[in-house]
Amino acid sequence: MPLYLDDDQNMLRDTARDFMAAEGAISKELRHWRDKGSADGFGHGLWKQFAEMGFTGILIDEADGGLGLGHVEAGIVLEEIGRNLTPSPFLVSAVAFVEALKGTALRERWYPGILSGDTVAALAIDEGAKHRPEAIAMRAERSGNGFKLSGNKQFVVQGASADVTLVAAGTDDGLTLFAVEKGARGLEVEGVRLADSSIGARMRFDDVEVDADAVVGEVGGGAAALSRAMNAGRAGAAAELVGVGSASMDMTVDYLKQRKQFGRLIGEFQALQFRAAHLYSELEIARAATLKAQQLLDEGSDEAEAMVSVAKAKAGRASQLAVQEGVQMHGGIGMTDEYDIGLYMKRDRVLNELFGDPAFHADKLARMKGY
Amino acid sequence: MDDLGEFRQEARAWLEANCPPEMREPMRDESDACWGGRNPTFKSDAQKRWMEVMAERGWTVPDWPRDYGGGGLSPAEAKIVRQEMARIGARNPLMSFGISMLGPALLKYGNEAQKKRFLTEIARGEIRWCQGYSEPGAGSDLASLQTKCEDKGDHWLVNGQKVWTSYADKADWIFCLVRTDPQAPKHQGISFLLFDMASPGVSTKPILLISGNSPFCETFFDDVEVPKDQLVGELNKGWDVAKYLLGHEREMISGMGLGGQTGSLGEALSEALADDPILRADVARFDVDQMAFRAMSERFIDELKAGQAHPAQPSMMKYAGTELNKARHELVMAAGGSNALEWESDRSKKGKSAREWLRTKANSIEGGTSEIQLGIVAKRILELPGA
Repeated sequence: MPLYLDDDQNMLRDTARDFMAAEGAISKELRHWRDKGSADGFGHGLWKQFAEMGFTGILIDEADGGLGLGHVEAGIVLEEIGRNLTPSPFLVSAVAFVEALKGTALRERWYPGILSGDTVAALAIDEGAKHRPEAIAMRAERSGNGFKLSGNKQFVVQGASADVTLVAAGTDDGLTLFAVEKGARGLEVEGVRLADSSIGARMRFDDVEVDADAVVGEVGGGAAALSRAMNAGRAGAAAELVGVGSASMDMTVDYLKQRKQFGRLIGEFQALQFRAAHLYSELEIARAATLKAQQLLDEGSDEAEAMVSVAKAKAGRASQLAVQEGVQMHGGIGMTDEYDIGLYMKRDRVLNELFGDPAFHADKLARMKGY
Repeated sequence: MDDLGEFRQEARAWLEANCPPEMREPMRDESDACWGGRNPTFKSDAQKRWMEVMAERGWTVPDWPRDYGGGGLSPAEAKIVRQEMARIGARNPLMSFGISMLGPALLKYGNEAQKKRFLTEIARGEIRWCQGYSEPGAGSDLASLQTKCEDKGDHWLVNGQKVWTSYADKADWIFCLVRTDPQAPKHQGISFLLFDMASPGVSTKPILLISGNSPFCETFFDDVEVPKDQLVGELNKGWDVAKYLLGHEREMISGMGLGGQTGSLGEALSEALADDPILRADVARFDVDQMAFRAMSERFIDELKAGQAHPAQPSMMKYAGTELNKARHELVMAAGGSNALEWESDRSKKGKSAREWLRTKANSIEGGTSEIQLGIVAKRILELPGA
């Protein structure tokens, strides 16, 4: 398989690009919900439109009513989301959550709502300020026919709006994922507005009772489901980062061609040209790494997990460079709220932390390579 | 099984049967490469056999047309051959500036007689080529080159000097940029000429580098007579050929140091990293960059073969690939500590680490400096003004 988009994928990209630029534009969605102080941080109307476009079924098998496409296609949509900073539950609900449920009985319960754009799902993994999925302290004790969950989670993206949250907890049989429904007794959810105006949640579980059928897959089999969710979520976040970085670069390069100082376009200055060209190079490499990771995931390759870490780390660093150079090269106007470049910087920061930052993934890669 | 699947099976079986075991060992250094040529030197029978059997099948240049000694394969088939070679760790059967640089330029700009003659020789490894581009006064500003080429009716007469000519002292022929119209603006008076290094008036002098090696030469032309039919493309339009070829040179250099290295650097250096957390972190970041760049190389080759790559993309590849290779050797030196400083001992394989480290510093200079590449990306891809 060549490492570029095929004709069908290019068509999907054109569709997603047009759709997101029109319906998911910054002025229409991000600023609108932010300035209203929305408690969700995104629009349910747009989420419905995502479903009508078929986006929410990309990773759901045809037998389950979806499109049966792959991570490459999900990434195409996410790159456009990144370009437009479109707030939506897509990454967590239609990518990570859908992958976690693959091959489990809970598909039937939750896929229809994702397909129709009625359901929002969240993932509760992190317990501290950093992503440390190998060190989950939260416990689930057997109780009657089910389990009792106790512990704390944070950085649960869309957790305040979610109809269902996948919760990672340790049991006597090992790590297990539970699908916990909204409003469960003993569950306290605190919506937290983040720097990019998206809403994360802190969740406190105080003996929250769930039935045995809330278990994703097998009790003690959470590692496999979590790994599916993380691979999908990380590759997806990498694609969104590529979109964030690319839009920042495009905006910045355009500015270099318009802004005059000392009687010249500032894009004529070699100091800025070299930095812009270096940035282009980093983003192209990040895009290739991300596509490679998506293709390997779609092939079910053993090398996919390592490449996913490479993609998340590389896309994170490239996008970080893009937003930093973006604000700097815009000068004073880049510091204003009115101008969009600063919004990209905020989104980049959040996406870099989500599902592990570049240091986490470099370390993960090193461990996988035995050092 | 589809056609490509069948092709893969065939390619795999053929390589299994024909690639000698010794040629599946990683190359230890540049001297393990097989360069072919008029008077070839082979390090082993296996090396000779491997070059010959691959040339016989046209797989030294899998995607060149069969008429010119190639394999006539489609881009997808050629990729499968590369993948199957990588799978068994097969060495490149023939290192050749003819394959990586001159060949593509001849395919595009050469006339039929030139293609038939020169491409076939290149594919079979019969002629070793060198590149006459840089001059003492024409480095980054290559188009200001002064080597004079006069039309003497039945032949060209060449006078001048080239510098940084890689392996000129070992090459059989040279592809050379010469000035055929000294009055014209600098880009419009250049032609692209091929000639035999054994011609009377050609001499070479190796240049000792900081690595202690001499891969580059000064090359002198003193009344060298060249047959008229050895000019490629149109008279005074050599800059087009030169630029096209530079694209391929940059591709080649971008892959240097990464070609054949499929593993992780940290894996290779793990012992030194165990008690050095800062170095381990640097190496881990490098491995991220390296694996990401490998994906970029794969994508670039795929896009190139499909005619989808931006014409200036080789500049980006050359910039990123050479800077990465330099970073790699800085890390190797840091991990090696004082062991890696030994210059002559057998223990250090006569200073292998240190010499290779120093060699890589040329990567971001030869074939156009990193700064030249960034300028090209800024101007031709980002379309920034006044570059």
